[in-house]
Amino acid sequence: MARMTFMGGIHTYDGKELSKDKPTSVLLPKGDLVFPLSQHIGAPAKPLVAKGEAVLVGQVIAEADGLISSNIISSVSGTVKAIERRLTAAGKMEETIVITNDNEYKKIEDYGRERDYSKMSKKEIREAVKAAGIVGLGGAGFPTHVKLTPKDDSKIDYVIVNGAECEPYLTYDYRLMLEEPETIIEGLKVILRLFDNAKGIIGIEDNKPDVIEKFKELTSGNSNIEIQALKTKYPQGGERQLVYVTTGRKLNSKKLPADVGCVVSNVATVAAVYMAVAKSTPLTNRIVTISGDAVTEPQNFNVPFGINFSEILEAAGGFKVQPEKIVFGGPMMGRAMYSYNVPVTKTANALIAFAKDEAAVEESPCIQCGRCYFKCPLNLLPMKLQLMGLNNEDEKFLELDGMECCGCGCCSYICPANRSLTQTIVQTKQRIINKRNEKHEQHELHELHKEHKAK
Amino acid sequence: MSDLYNVSAAPHTRSPIKTNTIMQDVIIALIPASLFGIFNFGLRALLVILVTILSCMVTEHVYCKLMKIKSDPWDYSDVLTGLLLGLNLPVSIPYWMAILGGIFAILIVKMLFGGLGQNFMNPALAARVFLFISFPARMSSFLVDKVSSPVVTDFLRDGALVLDGVAGATPLGQLKSGETVDLLKLFVGHIGGTIGETSALALLLGAAYLFYRKVITPIIPFSYILSFAVFALIFGGQGFDMNYVLGQVLGGGLILGAFYMATDYVTSPITPKGQIIFGIFLGVMTGIFRIIGTGVEGVSFAIILGNLLVPLIDMFTRPKSFGKERVKDVK
Repeated sequence: MARMTFMGGIHTYDGKELSKDKPTSVLLPKGDLVFPLSQHIGAPAKPLVAKGEAVLVGQVIAEADGLISSNIISSVSGTVKAIERRLTAAGKMEETIVITNDNEYKKIEDYGRERDYSKMSKKEIREAVKAAGIVGLGGAGFPTHVKLTPKDDSKIDYVIVNGAECEPYLTYDYRLMLEEPETIIEGLKVILRLFDNAKGIIGIEDNKPDVIEKFKELTSGNSNIEIQALKTKYPQGGERQLVYVTTGRKLNSKKLPADVGCVVSNVATVAAVYMAVAKSTPLTNRIVTISGDAVTEPQNFNVPFGINFSEILEAAGGFKVQPEKIVFGGPMMGRAMYSYNVPVTKTANALIAFAKDEAAVEESPCIQCGRCYFKCPLNLLPMKLQLMGLNNEDEKFLELDGMECCGCGCCSYICPANRSLTQTIVQTKQRIINKRNEKHEQHELHELHKEHKAK
Repeated sequence: MSDLYNVSAAPHTRSPIKTNTIMQDVIIALIPASLFGIFNFGLRALLVILVTILSCMVTEHVYCKLMKIKSDPWDYSDVLTGLLLGLNLPVSIPYWMAILGGIFAILIVKMLFGGLGQNFMNPALAARVFLFISFPARMSSFLVDKVSSPVVTDFLRDGALVLDGVAGATPLGQLKSGETVDLLKLFVGHIGGTIGETSALALLLGAAYLFYRKVITPIIPFSYILSFAVFALIFGGQGFDMNYVLGQVLGGGLILGAFYMATDYVTSPITPKGQIIFGIFLGVMTGIFRIIGTGVEGVSFAIILGNLLVPLIDMFTRPKSFGKERVKDVK
């Protein structure tokens, strides 16, 4: 059953008006294209090409390595210039494949061939999704073919399409929903083919009434697809909040949506599924938002993966004032970077440039006002978790369910004392996970050692 | 260097509400009550308030300087403590006592326990109780009317010397001895009491502002006042006498305490459930002190006792995180 809203959450200045009304423009790359091997959650892909080799649009240049991984696909035709470490939007040097564009855009055979998905088997559909290198385009980058392969297909009751776009400033999903609603709806129909008992839900925040109207119109004949208008509140598009609001089912951090009979995918991902399955078009480009008060003409661009962000920024007129901070992704969960000389990847979906760094403020003592608790969508006590994190009290941190934190940033946003709540909690979580892994490794080494001795 | 941008972990945006804006809001909310106090008791009331505020500010800054603590001089928490203390004192209090109260509030209750956010009881109330225990007579001689002498120099003299206003029984005293009170007068506040507590009207005006600004929620004040009213109804021994119950609610420091002191963030529980328990505890304790005990006032004692229980209440009302509720709660 659908709920009105979830607990907690915040209303921020959403900055969407900066970029939402301009139509998406297609931008072709000028320079080399850079494809990091790790653009998804899971193992990095394995390169299939060597330096000097010629590649085509749609060619798999690195293949999924292991169960949770994804193919990397060339978005241009040209030659492999190098396989080397380059700076990425993840903020580190990563192994990448660099391709020189020949500007001919020669495609692989079969590229764009129409297929009737209603005649395809479930296996064929999943194979097509996997081959197309599709991962969650909402920012997390979880391989979509894995998500679409739960233990038991018949236990999936809902396929939820995430059109909330609750992050401030971002409008790429809005533009996609406005410009290509049919692709999204068809994509949902493709996914519904995989799950016989499932119903489709498309959740859209009510700050996009035009989109809701359009989707309702387009699905009016289809009783198996429901359009839900969601209350505009951050983090409405968080997976656990979205599942709860649309179905009334609750997830904790240890559960996957599939455990409560749900599959959740972002609108762009669903559109990519349709293109891969019905049009034999692998995932080679996406819409990115360039916005922020320091950008001359904030807008959205449809760009090939691998294009350098500085080229897109140039197309948006560059900076009108020198920004203090550059963020990849939204201001709530995005990553700040010291440089924007990085490629667009499946998870680097936006560049926001702020003239002033609002977060560059000094912490003052906690006054126990409880705002962080009231805004926490997971009902945690951030002020206590932060103290435990700072004091290395891991036991107490676990006892207060610190591991449940989803890092949405509401507590830090709302804190009147400017405390770095989210930052410390997320860091503590990571520290505890690292410690566990270390212990696990040590244990394994120990076991190996014992085995060795026994021999 | 110009190519490098600021780097920090998410989120990159911050709400405009800050500690100092919250403190400012509470100070703004207390302006009507302060003005009424000055109107009611004369200019000396203003001087008492200024003296306590100054005493608190100086204590905090001197302490921070001596202990080399970097403090934000404009978080207004010291001003607020001083203002609340001033409003909780009778107008006839000698200045040195007011200064002593300010020093006690900031030095003993706040700074020695770790400063802002670490005090275990409300500093202003703790100071009031400290003064009350130390100087019971001075702390409970309330004027009913203005300090009549208009001569400026009189304001500077010891309180006892200017005590030529009409001293008299407070409404709570009258109620205790079985008399009825004029509710309208009580509501408007032209009665005896401490500087800031007399006018329920002015206090509620400020409280409405705090609700509007979302600085406080109604949970603590309402559960406090309601449970106290119920207690007065049952144990007051007056039966269903509205004059008695309303007199008890409007008289004394209940309104000031419930809306401005019990809602102090640091010394009240975090969860709504904990806040209701806290409010009921305060209501019952105030009832016991006022009605069953020998005194007439009990709000200060009830609140600082309640403050001590807050860690315990917080422990027992720990929220369950989302998705981790007991199985039967999850549908």
